[in-house]
Amino acid sequence: MYEAPIREPLILGDKTNHEITEDICRPIEGKANKYWWWCFIASVAALLWWVLCVSITVGQGIGMWGINNIVDWGWDITNFVWWVGIGHAGTLISAVLLLFRQKWRLSINRSAEAMTIFAVICAATFLLTHIGRPWLPYWLLPLPNQFGSLWVNFNSPLVWDTFAVSTYFTVSLVFWYTGLIPDFAVVRDRAKTKAMKFWYGLLAFGWTGSSKNWQRFEEVSLVLAGMSTPLVLSVHTIVSMDFATSILPGWHTTIFPPYFVAGAIFSGFAMVQTLLIIVRKVLSLENYITTLHIDMMNRIILVTGSIVGIAYITEFFIAWYSGVEYESYAFINRATGYYWWAYASMMTCNVISPQLFWVKSLRTNVTFTFILSIVVNIGMWFERFVIIVSSLHRAYLPSEWGTYHPSWVEVGIFIGSLGLFFTCFLLFARFFPVIAMSELKTITKTSSTQAKRAALEHGHSHAAHH
Amino acid sequence: MSKYIFAIYNDEDVLMQNIKPLRNNGVRIKEVFSPFPVHGMDQIIGHKRTRISICAFIYGIIGCCLALIMTNYMMITDWPMDIGGKPSFAFYKNLPAFVPVIFESTIFCAAHGMVITFYLRSKTLPGVTAFVPDTRMTDDKFVMQVECNDNSKKAELTALLMKHGAEEVKEYGK
Repeated sequence: MYEAPIREPLILGDKTNHEITEDICRPIEGKANKYWWWCFIASVAALLWWVLCVSITVGQGIGMWGINNIVDWGWDITNFVWWVGIGHAGTLISAVLLLFRQKWRLSINRSAEAMTIFAVICAATFLLTHIGRPWLPYWLLPLPNQFGSLWVNFNSPLVWDTFAVSTYFTVSLVFWYTGLIPDFAVVRDRAKTKAMKFWYGLLAFGWTGSSKNWQRFEEVSLVLAGMSTPLVLSVHTIVSMDFATSILPGWHTTIFPPYFVAGAIFSGFAMVQTLLIIVRKVLSLENYITTLHIDMMNRIILVTGSIVGIAYITEFFIAWYSGVEYESYAFINRATGYYWWAYASMMTCNVISPQLFWVKSLRTNVTFTFILSIVVNIGMWFERFVIIVSSLHRAYLPSEWGTYHPSWVEVGIFIGSLGLFFTCFLLFARFFPVIAMSELKTITKTSSTQAKRAALEHGHSHAAHH
Repeated sequence: MSKYIFAIYNDEDVLMQNIKPLRNNGVRIKEVFSPFPVHGMDQIIGHKRTRISICAFIYGIIGCCLALIMTNYMMITDWPMDIGGKPSFAFYKNLPAFVPVIFESTIFCAAHGMVITFYLRSKTLPGVTAFVPDTRMTDDKFVMQVECNDNSKKAELTALLMKHGAEEVKEYGK
């Protein structure tokens, strides 16, 4: 396939297919270094803290949280929306960029999809804990009356959410796993020890890489990408409808679905940056996850961040333009009321900070990107907090006015969920191929440094002839 | 059952270019194993187009129908609910609210049905022992599976394959 020689290479360091295999299998086959162990110990400690706080919540009840009759959704739903949103970038990278034939996705899609899976698991834990009686999760499913409830109400966005999140999780999981199978086969065929041969043989499902299997594999990937694209958009649309279909000022907004989807992609890409900048350093993958990849993702952060910024301003404008005093009050109160600091953090982190990415030297600066990616995720967490808590704490009647502060148990569950996420991700980085090497090898002939050099030399000698 | 020998290639383009000349010489090529999907390989070998996306479409329709039946039965026929003064007594009036669930069910069935079909048809399932003529075929080598029923012609066939770009010719498990 033709590719312009002046286009920057996607694989640096004159890597051959065999060297790609070596580089990506090395972290799996070797011993974990001390950075990995330190991160892993910290993550497991946070995870244990999560176990403690969840146990307290389940044992003692939701009363252990700071939520009350007035602000009845607090950190739980904030965290749920935050985690689901983060998940969206993985699907965007693997599905939407596949449909657009963006080859730079190949170095980052595997770990981004892994991030999706783990982020959705974290989100699901918040759904389960916030229902108060997590031993009855099947009440969310359409089961007949003998199970203890009526049929679920299909008019309710909360039921749509059950369907959307479970479909999203399972489809993302099989998409990810199907892509992993050929790479597990690589590890299986290189395995030196009996244990590795057995385990990776089991995980590889007997994959051989025959041309018939590859033909089906490519068709399945393409169709799954085609289905995942509307699916991922539907998930955050439905999450936004949990709010938008209510009559609460600040929630009752038709702009929510596109605004939530843009915000989800924005925060998800920021999380991909945070993770990949660590991964490329710790696993020495700088030749595969290059500054070009970081630049590309920063451009998406810039675009989606600008969309989010415009959405905030539009919301404010419409609150005034609608002439509805409740609506206007909700927004003025957001910016100047009890939770003004949350609003200010959100505006600074989400609207102002990504605009710095107009500058190319900042976009390609790894340290700056790393810091900004964390800033963006803090901002996106505050966005959900602002939407949920600042809208709830001043509803229509003064009797519905109150404040909310999280208890240490809620804070613990949030920190613990980060532990859960990073524990899963570190195990992934240790035992699974973090780059889709079977897919990456398709571009060594077109997008590697040696291919670019050959194309340029060919072009020069061609010009010399004339 | 036919017997096979395996020709190992270093480069996918060399392999592809040599399929036709080899076949013109009467060589029967059964399959090619590669570490990554090679564009156009399936057509050159003569595989039919896969119908797996048609399967996905059918599974999607099944999922859609199941969700239509489910929502209609649960909320209209079996136990209609009057929620917020908005009774759900007619399916067509209530349909807009059911669209998200119907959509998700469609995707759910299409995606999982297709992936299960893929695993079953490709015989990629947990516990399956892989057919690995050469362990480098998942790394950077391309393996051509060639029929060789007559042992006396093996040397001749090997020479022919080597002449047509193969780096090495071997038997399974050797």
